[in-house]
Amino acid sequence: MRRRIGVDVGGTNTDGVLIEDGKVIAAHKTPTTEDVLSGVREALSAVAVPDVQGVMIGTTHFVNAVVQRRDLPRVGALRIGMPASRSLPPFCDWPEDLATLVRGAVHMVEGGVDYDGRPIMPLDERAIAAAARQMRAAGLSCVAVSSIFSPLDPAMEERAAQILRQEMPGATVTLSHELGRIGLLERENVALLNAALIPLAAHTLQAFEQAVAAAGIAAPLYITQNDGTVIRAELAARFPVLSFASGPTNSMRGAAFLTGVQDALVVDVGGTTSDFGALKAGFPREANTVVQIGGVRTLFRMPDLLSIGLGGGSLVREEGGRLSIGPRSVGFRLTKEAIVFGGGTLTATDIAVRGGRLALGDASRVASLDPAFAAAALAEAARMIEEAADRMKADAAEVPLLAVGGGAFLVPDRIAGISEVLRPANAAVANAVGAAIAQVSGEADQVFHGLSRSEAMAEAERIARARAVDAGADPASLSLVDIEDLPLAYMPGGALRVRARVVGDIREAP
Amino acid sequence: MRELTLEDIEALAVGAWILGTGGGGSPYLGLLNMRRLYAEGARVRLMPPEELADDDAVAVLSNMGAPLVGQERLADPANIARAVTLMEEFTRIRFRAVMSLEIGGNNAIQPLMAAAHLGLPVVDADCMGRAYPEAQMTSFAVGDLRPYPLSMVDPRGIEGIVARVPSWKWMERLSRKMCVELGSIAATCKAPRTGAEVKRWGILHTTTKAVALGQAVRKAQREHRDPIEAILHAEDGRLLFRGKVTDVSRRTTEGFLRGTARLDGLDDWRGRRFDLAFQNEWAVGWLDGEPHVMTPDLICVLETATGEAIGTETLRYGQRATVIALPAPPVFLTERGLALVGPRAFGHDLEFRSVFAS
Repeated sequence: MRRRIGVDVGGTNTDGVLIEDGKVIAAHKTPTTEDVLSGVREALSAVAVPDVQGVMIGTTHFVNAVVQRRDLPRVGALRIGMPASRSLPPFCDWPEDLATLVRGAVHMVEGGVDYDGRPIMPLDERAIAAAARQMRAAGLSCVAVSSIFSPLDPAMEERAAQILRQEMPGATVTLSHELGRIGLLERENVALLNAALIPLAAHTLQAFEQAVAAAGIAAPLYITQNDGTVIRAELAARFPVLSFASGPTNSMRGAAFLTGVQDALVVDVGGTTSDFGALKAGFPREANTVVQIGGVRTLFRMPDLLSIGLGGGSLVREEGGRLSIGPRSVGFRLTKEAIVFGGGTLTATDIAVRGGRLALGDASRVASLDPAFAAAALAEAARMIEEAADRMKADAAEVPLLAVGGGAFLVPDRIAGISEVLRPANAAVANAVGAAIAQVSGEADQVFHGLSRSEAMAEAERIARARAVDAGADPASLSLVDIEDLPLAYMPGGALRVRARVVGDIREAP
Repeated sequence: MRELTLEDIEALAVGAWILGTGGGGSPYLGLLNMRRLYAEGARVRLMPPEELADDDAVAVLSNMGAPLVGQERLADPANIARAVTLMEEFTRIRFRAVMSLEIGGNNAIQPLMAAAHLGLPVVDADCMGRAYPEAQMTSFAVGDLRPYPLSMVDPRGIEGIVARVPSWKWMERLSRKMCVELGSIAATCKAPRTGAEVKRWGILHTTTKAVALGQAVRKAQREHRDPIEAILHAEDGRLLFRGKVTDVSRRTTEGFLRGTARLDGLDDWRGRRFDLAFQNEWAVGWLDGEPHVMTPDLICVLETATGEAIGTETLRYGQRATVIALPAPPVFLTERGLALVGPRAFGHDLEFRSVFAS
């Protein structure tokens, strides 16, 4: 790795860093702008140098579009699996406001497979063609396809995509098996959200390309994903949902890089919340449970995160002899409302200043505060952090905790179950660092028939490696980071589902 | 007889999940179906069992199969309703009402889905009082009632009848095979019951109980009071242990999810430990190595903060959990009841002793 630029576009700030041979050379923080683009432009130009090998951008733009219900087109839903699952059609568990905005058409046709690979019904190709023509006539150009048990056998979704492309030239098609897992509604929801974000993604990524060019950088653009790796911008445009959680992920990966620790818990303490995650071999641990996005239940590749209402701006109160911190916070008004800044609201920051943890604002303003009370409040914050850290652990063994973010002073140096607390330098831009150092991944997740377990696993790894190289990885640097096999006991011929994931460095231009 | 509100059904889903004692499948998809049916104007009436005439016929309903398959092939009200009319066609019986096989978990909602389609009331009763993994683990089996016939329906229009079997065990074997052939999920109507049988052998007022349980939890959550306190109060339960999960091991054998879990104590239980064994549902609990609570007492593991039930499939390291016991239906405390659902039926060589005995 020589020179790379990482940019993280958060809800509040846009951070840019330049990394050279593993060192942070330049860093810049600027407020995120309404149009996103000008903030990115400023961050880029502040750190840009002539010869960079790559620009990595992480953005919360897509997930914010869902949460804020903006820039979302109407989407056509095609469900394959009738007559099964008839009573709960696509969009059936969406919040009404979002469904009204996004639901363009719902078509359900015969097909789908059972857990043993047998078709529930033969695929009704004529019905798919008819649905496609109706969607085209209705002016829809984003379609999501979901089929029962498609993660076990994606053939029907793939055939449907062929028909849709024939009948609806220019339409974008999202297939549920490419994104989600077992659980029809949750997987379908991921595909629908993805379909709704493709136009925004195309537009945003084009703007990023222009910003990179405008900064005089000739290097390729990569977009960071939920799993801590990057993909080329043109691929990212197909799967915007895979960038949903790139903010916390980049922060975790950056913390790992800045400390050199690969297996640890990470806490990012902001103004209002503390977000906990877990790193395994340098990558965030995946959530295996339903994750709600803008009120929509989803199940796909997302990092396992735990958020608690504790931050630098959290309100500190004592009511009926009971001391409490958060979850209410003064948030971004901290520098006006906290007592050390001349305000009238007692916050976690004031307590930390009184307790000697932090030098910030005017300490004399909190001098009258009872030191025993300040100590008790800091102890309460420590207890909250300790409990959340413990909940994120996978087992009882002690692990290090990496503390980043503006409110990290609330994290005590000693925590039960934590071997040590590490506070990396440059922690304020850990997320942009995480983007800059990202690698490329390739994944295979499919069912193999008639192969031995070792043959199936070797085949899955081969497919994953080929995909990583397609995504821009240097073949010599690839390593297998995760492989698991799930025997499908009921399937004929000893079928085996194997998931393999490899990562490698970005191939440098010759 | 009274009409159930959607609010009642929302509460039923919460209460049924608690009465699932770790299994029974999440009632979420059933609840989604009911929200849609209510939005379309359907309403369901709840019938006190006392209002049944002795010769009324009652359809006992459940969705049978693997919970994982139920996540892809989603329960359909038309399907479970068809199981009822198929049984009527086969037996020439006209049903007065429908009822649930098990009030614990997803099957608490199935009869409501059928009732909304058929216009029949739902009897306020079931035959497990919770969730159990096998067909012979019912109060009707304790009463040695006739185990046949059974109707089974698949959305493709494939329909089957188990016309005659010598025992509940045989019914389990034959119907399980049919269900697997259909894709490991099917809507079933069990052996029809008379009003007299339901009143004598049913576990009565369990829908009302599940609704009340769910309402207590939801009310406590809204008012920021301790929901577990509310559950204990509503159901005369016993608080057994409060701690955090420090170990979980699971394995799938013979179609069941089996395993063990360990909790280390917090608060009043600091320094003590609680071990749990499960087969789909929680079966036995040990306090500091001594057998402490066992089936048929209902063992419920709840999230300490929210009071919501934790399933045997979703329990994981680090969770703050509270173990409580609720009283077992008296029918299971008989000699024959204990033979079917006591600790030995789940492979634990223990003499049953209720935590409510002391």
